[in-house]
Amino acid sequence: MIEAVGLTKRYGAKTAVHNLSFRVRPGIVTGFLGPNGSGKSTTMRMILGLDEPTHGHVTIGGLHFRQLANAPRQVGALLDAKAVHGGRSARNHLLCLAQLSGIPAGRVDEVLGVVGLQGVAGKRSKSFSLGMGQRLGIAAALLGDPQVLLFDEPVNGLDPEGILWVRNLMKQLAAEGRTVFVSSHLMSEMALTADHLIVIGRGQLLADMSVQEFIARNSASFARVRTPDGNDGEREKLTAALTAAGGEVHSEPDGAFRVTGLPLPRISDVAHAAQVRLWELSPHHASLEEAYMGMTQGAVDYRATTDPRAGLHVPHVTGEPPTAGRAATGLRPDAHRAGAQQPGQAHPPAAAGAPGPTARDHRDSEDEQR
Amino acid sequence: MSTPRPQQTEASAPAPAPADGPTHDNPGGLAPVPVRPAGFGDALRSEWTKIRSVRSTLWTLGVMLIVVVGIGLLTAWGLNDSAWVGMPLLAPGLFGIMLGQVCVLTLGVLVISSEYGTGMIRATFTACPRRSRVLTAKAVVFFLLSFVATAVACTVTALVNWWVLGDQKVPPFLRGEAAGRFEDSVKDGRLIATTGEWLGATVGPALYVALLGLLALAVGALLRHSAGAVTTMLGVVLMPLLLALFMQSASLKPVQEKLIEYSALNALASFYRIPMSDGSGNGWDMLGILAAVTAVVLGGAYALIAKRDV
Repeated sequence: MIEAVGLTKRYGAKTAVHNLSFRVRPGIVTGFLGPNGSGKSTTMRMILGLDEPTHGHVTIGGLHFRQLANAPRQVGALLDAKAVHGGRSARNHLLCLAQLSGIPAGRVDEVLGVVGLQGVAGKRSKSFSLGMGQRLGIAAALLGDPQVLLFDEPVNGLDPEGILWVRNLMKQLAAEGRTVFVSSHLMSEMALTADHLIVIGRGQLLADMSVQEFIARNSASFARVRTPDGNDGEREKLTAALTAAGGEVHSEPDGAFRVTGLPLPRISDVAHAAQVRLWELSPHHASLEEAYMGMTQGAVDYRATTDPRAGLHVPHVTGEPPTAGRAATGLRPDAHRAGAQQPGQAHPPAAAGAPGPTARDHRDSEDEQR
Repeated sequence: MSTPRPQQTEASAPAPAPADGPTHDNPGGLAPVPVRPAGFGDALRSEWTKIRSVRSTLWTLGVMLIVVVGIGLLTAWGLNDSAWVGMPLLAPGLFGIMLGQVCVLTLGVLVISSEYGTGMIRATFTACPRRSRVLTAKAVVFFLLSFVATAVACTVTALVNWWVLGDQKVPPFLRGEAAGRFEDSVKDGRLIATTGEWLGATVGPALYVALLGLLALAVGALLRHSAGAVTTMLGVVLMPLLLALFMQSASLKPVQEKLIEYSALNALASFYRIPMSDGSGNGWDMLGILAAVTAVVLGGAYALIAKRDV
């Protein structure tokens, strides 16, 4: 259990973390989300006693990290995959950390095997890719077989196989009853990995709730309606009828509508009354990525000078494939055994390139397979 | 989260999830890892692993050995023709160690600043929240290693000088009352090295240079930046003598003399019995001063490392 109370960190005039209070419970994966520069890493460092908070405190099992008896056996952390001496081999890097923690040297080769680096154990880590560096950092975090694990952006630079592996690893560690705290700036990744979310922006707490709750609260639902192609008359007739019935209708670039304010059966009734045939009528939730960006857009420190939302917002929605039953699909945290996942199999190519929907499609397809 | 935890974990952990992949089963607890508190001996072992597993150690100490012994051989060979060299028997060893000490300074800085430079220090301090223990272990391992390496280099050089230059006849004007500092070093009209000179050409400079390296380590811990700390140390070692060189006016004479007397290079020269100023002792007093300075700076490093954010 990690508990932060009123955690505040200032560097001169800049406040990196402001009055942050949260709890990270054992047995589940807790996602720590925020844009770049939002204070995630600073918070992680304060948890580990590396940075001293300006105000407030953070404890692990009731004690400050630096007061823990045998800290490296209770807490393991991956802070920065590149934070290794490049001239040292992977094995020696882990060996010196193991020795410092009083862990038998034999454990080094075990964790190298766990992360799949046994083949390059003798190589200097300078030559490692970012993904290999992440694996080495994860190995270091696992050395002491700790009950509390912190991972700062563990999937950065990993290939799809590696991302899947990290995801399963986190879940498995949590299933063993450990406290797992994973930071990321990718909502899509956290939606698949985490059971609970702590979202921060500009160092302040934006949300602290379960993933289901986050989705329920933050994703507005809408209906996607499509009339037969090349029949502008029917299109306009339906628009008028739906507006008259109290709905809000937005055109989408591919010719479909996005209708809010009317339940699906009502849309069907209105269309029937207007004698308009429908090629599609599907329920949708805005993606988690959208909800997340909506929540943090006021709290983004670093953004491109061009319209920040233009490139990100629209494609998510328009690219979302028509998957019936999406809205009804509950997001059960235990519902995804990623081993059963076949990325790219269950959804049409329209979803490719849109991270939010893609991630959710995985989930849907898994549920369908179960 | 109490002590018997890993065993409990093993017992109560659910069976590993159905095969996700062949190599990634049961990540956390492959086998129960025996739990015991880590101590200072563990930190020493860790620092020994660190220092022997990077190439900078091999390079700096290797270059130091080559420079000290190589220059020792060259000077001995060059002076071999002279019937009377004009300095104490082991004194030519100074030239090598004057250059070689720079390598030891560099290693001293790198031992700690490379951890800050790469970010490794965070992993280190996560594995050992008692930061003073890490600093002490680094200091001990580095000091012993650099002392042994420097002592070997200096001893080899001293033996070379003794072997090659050992048959010098002391000129008549330096015998008897006029001998001055050569008084004890003359036996049967020939130049010898006294026990004090042997110590001053082997253990003395090795201790001094290793201590200077320790000061460099402390400066590295304070500045946390390799280039900055190395530059600072070079300044500390070289600047007093360089400044003194340009203080030629009579009014600055006392300052000039003190700068020369207390410069690090004069301390080494004193060990070899060829001091640059008349007031200098035989080097051991300077070693005491350096030890005091190092203790103060190291104390500052302890104080800062304990509370500074990393």
